[in-house]
Amino acid sequence: MSVVPISYYLVLSAILFGLGVVAFVFKRNIITIFMAIELMLNAVNLAFVAFARAWGQLDGLVFVFFVIVVAAAEAAVGLAIVITIYHSRQTLNIERVNLLKF
Amino acid sequence: MPILNHLWIILALPLAGAAVNGLLGRNWSKNIVNSVGIGSVSLSFLSVLEAIREFSQLPEGQLTFFKNYFNWISAGSFKVDFALQLDHLTIVMLLVVTFVSLLVHIYSTGYMAHEEGYYRFFAYLNLFVFFMLTLVLAANIVLMFVGWEGVGLCSYLLIGFWFLKQSAISAGKKAFITTRIGDFGFTVGILLLFWTFSSVDFGTIFAKAANMPAESPQQAGVLTWICLLLFAGAIGKSAQLPLYVWLPDAMEGPTPVSALIHAATMVTAGVYMVARMHPFFSRSPVAMFIVAAVGALTAFYAATIGLVQTDIKKVLAYSTVSQLGYMFLGCGVGAYAAGIFHLMTHAFFKGLLFLAAGSVIHAMGGEQDMRNMGGLRKQIPVTYWTMLIATLAIAGIPGFAGFFSKDEILDAAGSGTNGHIGLWLLGLVGAGLTSFYMFRLIFLTFFGQPRFDEHKVHVHESPRTMTVPLVILALLSIVGGWFAAPHLIGRPDRFEQFLHPVFAAYGAQAGMEQGASLAGSAGEAGGISPTPAMELFHALTGPPVVLAVFGLLVAWWFYIRKPEAPKKLAENLRGLYKLLLDKYYVDEIYAALVIHPFLWISTNVLWHAVDEGAIDGTVNGLAHVAREAGSQARKLQSGNARSYATWVVIGAVGFTAVMLGVWGMVR
Repeated sequence: MSVVPISYYLVLSAILFGLGVVAFVFKRNIITIFMAIELMLNAVNLAFVAFARAWGQLDGLVFVFFVIVVAAAEAAVGLAIVITIYHSRQTLNIERVNLLKF
Repeated sequence: MPILNHLWIILALPLAGAAVNGLLGRNWSKNIVNSVGIGSVSLSFLSVLEAIREFSQLPEGQLTFFKNYFNWISAGSFKVDFALQLDHLTIVMLLVVTFVSLLVHIYSTGYMAHEEGYYRFFAYLNLFVFFMLTLVLAANIVLMFVGWEGVGLCSYLLIGFWFLKQSAISAGKKAFITTRIGDFGFTVGILLLFWTFSSVDFGTIFAKAANMPAESPQQAGVLTWICLLLFAGAIGKSAQLPLYVWLPDAMEGPTPVSALIHAATMVTAGVYMVARMHPFFSRSPVAMFIVAAVGALTAFYAATIGLVQTDIKKVLAYSTVSQLGYMFLGCGVGAYAAGIFHLMTHAFFKGLLFLAAGSVIHAMGGEQDMRNMGGLRKQIPVTYWTMLIATLAIAGIPGFAGFFSKDEILDAAGSGTNGHIGLWLLGLVGAGLTSFYMFRLIFLTFFGQPRFDEHKVHVHESPRTMTVPLVILALLSIVGGWFAAPHLIGRPDRFEQFLHPVFAAYGAQAGMEQGASLAGSAGEAGGISPTPAMELFHALTGPPVVLAVFGLLVAWWFYIRKPEAPKKLAENLRGLYKLLLDKYYVDEIYAALVIHPFLWISTNVLWHAVDEGAIDGTVNGLAHVAREAGSQARKLQSGNARSYATWVVIGAVGFTAVMLGVWGMVR
């Protein structure tokens, strides 16, 4: 049984992370941006799992659980904020939410 | 020995009076303020009497009673204790200070009765008494300096008592700043003293100084420097040449203040200090000569200005400067006892003169110019008679207090070992001038025709509270000098004997004794052994008496016999008259040489260049830089969340790149 080399996982992780970054910077909808963040987190998770598997150590797996927990909490708070924004401004375009400035 | 062991009580009483009146007295009636103010000082006076009684019961041979209360400053080897001491010199000063203060307090209840800030006046007066007693009782020079500065502070506060009057404020500042110049010397003197002797206690430093050989004029050393620096402080405080200019201006203060602070007590602090430090001065002929020369010159110089002044208080002020000069002349020729004696008699008669002048001003409704007085002797007889007695005393008419003390000083200046014919002549001529200007004051004020509008000015004798102190001081101005009466018939002077233990302790009195014995042997060498009657005759017909009477007669001629003569003389000698009237232009010279350059430098260099340019410039410049940087950096905070996201990404990429680069280099 041939083993998939770790570099494959890392390249995939980098591609996913890059996509997340691009979406994060260029999309205007808050929910899309939110999803881009989730994508980046999971890209990192993939890299952690790959390293854990390659070196046979549990540290990376434990870290992944923490990231998932944080992401869940973030989703709870973040979506609540998104709903509040929509309530007050009737839009989800991030460019219209720009009152906090100099 | 209840008081002697608790000498601090003498100090604490006036301090408590000042605190109570100053903090609580604002809304009190005058009676309560009076009883606190006068009560504290009179209790202090009684404590002094009790302390003296206890001191006289000390075992024979104990010259100084010393008591250390607590350690005040301790830094390395520098130690200052709150320690007080009592000896014969202190006793004389204590009696003079507390008694004259008491009389002035009583007088002030009448004089200040209609003034605003009554409680404040009494609080300041009490505070002054506290500091003056500290100065006198201190057992080390640092504590003495505390009192020295404290009386200066009270002098400033009281000169500027009427603080709504611009001239009073300026006079207060002038007094404070001028004495500060001298006090700078005093401070350096204390430092040099500690540096040399590693102690500031009088007992210790005197013992150490006594072991040092006397310095000769050719080899003036550290003792001379210490003496001269300390004497600089005395020049400022006691208004001697060239720092006397503040005292005449100090007459802006209320008259009781002039009597107490600027005649009887504070200004004599310099004389006391020189007498206290006699073990140092006696070992430095240079310092002694300078003290004597400054004293004699001031005595003469101030008397000449006094000749033409028209303000009754200004005449007395210049007279005070002149008399202080006599005291320094006495100390400078080694006759410390005579100097202190003159200090005491001067406190009586000059205090009286000022209080009487205050009574005249009170009677005239605030008029101080003698040209607008005249013929007052019938209307205010008590003031007239007491002031006449004081004038006889200061002029040196035999039988009155000033005669004895001034005679002793001139005697020592002329025939003592440290004496010099020039000093004697200056003092002698000064005595003649003193007699002239004092009788001029009397004749202008009390004799002749009234030169004021009698319908407008209601002349009235002062209340009892003011006249009683006058009468008491008048009595003292007569009998205060009689301690020295045996001296006239060749017997020892009681006052000098009383102070002898102090001045003999460190071998300082030698000059005076030698002088006296020299004078005695000179008389014997003439082949005639002087009988008491002859000595008396000599003393009563000596040059000082002749000149005093001459001065009286000249004043009588000018101001009673030919009242138009002074004007003619002034016109004939216009230049000289103008010079004297304008006080030798010393104030103007000081203004041109010192004050204006100082102000110019302060304004243009220190204010505009250094403060506004350098300091403000630096601070404002820094603020400007921060402001500019901030206004540029705030543009980052655009409110556009996507630009923040971009910055985060750029940051993350940059950080990663740096880390990879660093990692690459480390590897």
